[in-house]
Amino acid sequence: MAEVRAEMVANVWKVVTAEGEEVSDGSTLVILESMKMEIPVLAEEPGTVTKLAVGEGDVVQEGDLIAIIE
Amino acid sequence: MLVANRGEIARRVIATARRMGIRAVAVYSEADAELPYVREADEAVPIGPPPPARSYLDAAAILRAARDTGARAIHPGYGFLSENAGFARQVTEAGLTWVGPSASAIEQMGDKISARNLMAAAGVPVADGTTTPVSDLEAALAAAALIGYPVMVKAAAGGGGIGMSAAADPEQLVAAFETARSRAERFFGSPAILLERYVTPARHVEVQILGLADGRVLALGERDCSVQRRHQKVAEETPSPGVGPGLRARMLDAAVRAGETVGYQGAGTVEFLVDQRTGDFTFLEMNTRLQVEHPVTEMVTGIDLVEQQLRIAAGGGVSFDPAAVTATGHAIELRVYAEDPARFLPSPGTITAWDEPAGEGIRVDAGYMAGNQVTPFYDPLLAKLCVWGPDRDEALSRARAAVASFRITGLKTNLPFHADLLDSGEFTDGGYDTLVISRLRP
Repeated sequence: MAEVRAEMVANVWKVVTAEGEEVSDGSTLVILESMKMEIPVLAEEPGTVTKLAVGEGDVVQEGDLIAIIE
Repeated sequence: MLVANRGEIARRVIATARRMGIRAVAVYSEADAELPYVREADEAVPIGPPPPARSYLDAAAILRAARDTGARAIHPGYGFLSENAGFARQVTEAGLTWVGPSASAIEQMGDKISARNLMAAAGVPVADGTTTPVSDLEAALAAAALIGYPVMVKAAAGGGGIGMSAAADPEQLVAAFETARSRAERFFGSPAILLERYVTPARHVEVQILGLADGRVLALGERDCSVQRRHQKVAEETPSPGVGPGLRARMLDAAVRAGETVGYQGAGTVEFLVDQRTGDFTFLEMNTRLQVEHPVTEMVTGIDLVEQQLRIAAGGGVSFDPAAVTATGHAIELRVYAEDPARFLPSPGTITAWDEPAGEGIRVDAGYMAGNQVTPFYDPLLAKLCVWGPDRDEALSRARAAVASFRITGLKTNLPFHADLLDSGEFTDGGYDTLVISRLRP
């Protein structure tokens, strides 16, 4: 199991994946936006997205959970 | 005068206004209430929640603040509404003075395709590229085949490097076109795409112009802005170590012609790329506003550019003799960003300590102070560390000392990157090009 967490304070601009979806290593899960920059959050291992903790428009703090991949 | 901006540039404009005896009105979003510029203005008006679309880009809220405070002029700073011709028109139609060029000059230069065509017709060199908007991928591939790879793909209404990318072959063009297309719609509200020959290796050199109230256009020297990450500037200097007297004269002349072509009034910047292989230059774009890096020009000429903007907007003369402008010494600007110094990823947070360098030849244009929160809503610029020296070597050595003594804690900044840049052979010997950062941070 891998927990994917936010590296910085940001707004969730786009949610690219969904719970139950199969992802591969390097797939984009969500795209964050901070300080006029888009920051894709990538899966670091292949698996299934069992939890998606954010929605578009949410504000995440550094360390907040974004998704769980199993 | 109302200053329709935030952070360091609002503070810098307010300082000159107050020095000239003009009362300054600041506007601020809920995220910025504690920033220094809000405190230093004569009056400050809240205009909305943090997202720019609901505050600094809300033309109606800004015009309301101007009316409520009895402001008679609006200075737009850079970014936000500064290059929005519709806003410039609304300001003048409300009976207020717009501190900037005419709405028509903004319009003609705002669309990169029309600007290129206009410049080509005026005899300013432009790189091979498309003369009408590229509407789909098929047209992009056909255009690129004619221009020849590599090509640069850009949003015609764009700026700030957003959505811009280079393509070395048709496969990369597919991705570059898609990126440019989605960013163009999202950030600039127009899907128009432009393709241009990608000049590499190149230096990014720009010319400061000033369109006087009597119609004359002056060129106040160049700035080298080749130190960039993600097509955004990180450090600038004047004079450019890569521009000799002959090239400088031709670029200044082309910049004046560009300004004259659109009847330019006030401060503006004409950007060029200098091809490092041929030594030729081509027009990139014109920024119809005060430029972020204007302080380096001020430091070598002794001219306060904001003061000239205000004098010209008022229909008056400038404070110096246009026939006797001289540049003395060398100036460097280092943009201090709230970002990690290795990967340049944003680092918002709360500033716990802020100690600025000071001394001979040092100027810091800062948007924040200790205790302020740096939020994710705006660009990461914290301050501009500007350094002047009688020559480039002296400016570099003062810059090294200034970077070493600038202390900002509570969040990550790119100050360690600036220390590396100032120590790198490529930067110190002056022979760098726009890819210098990709070599320093592979």
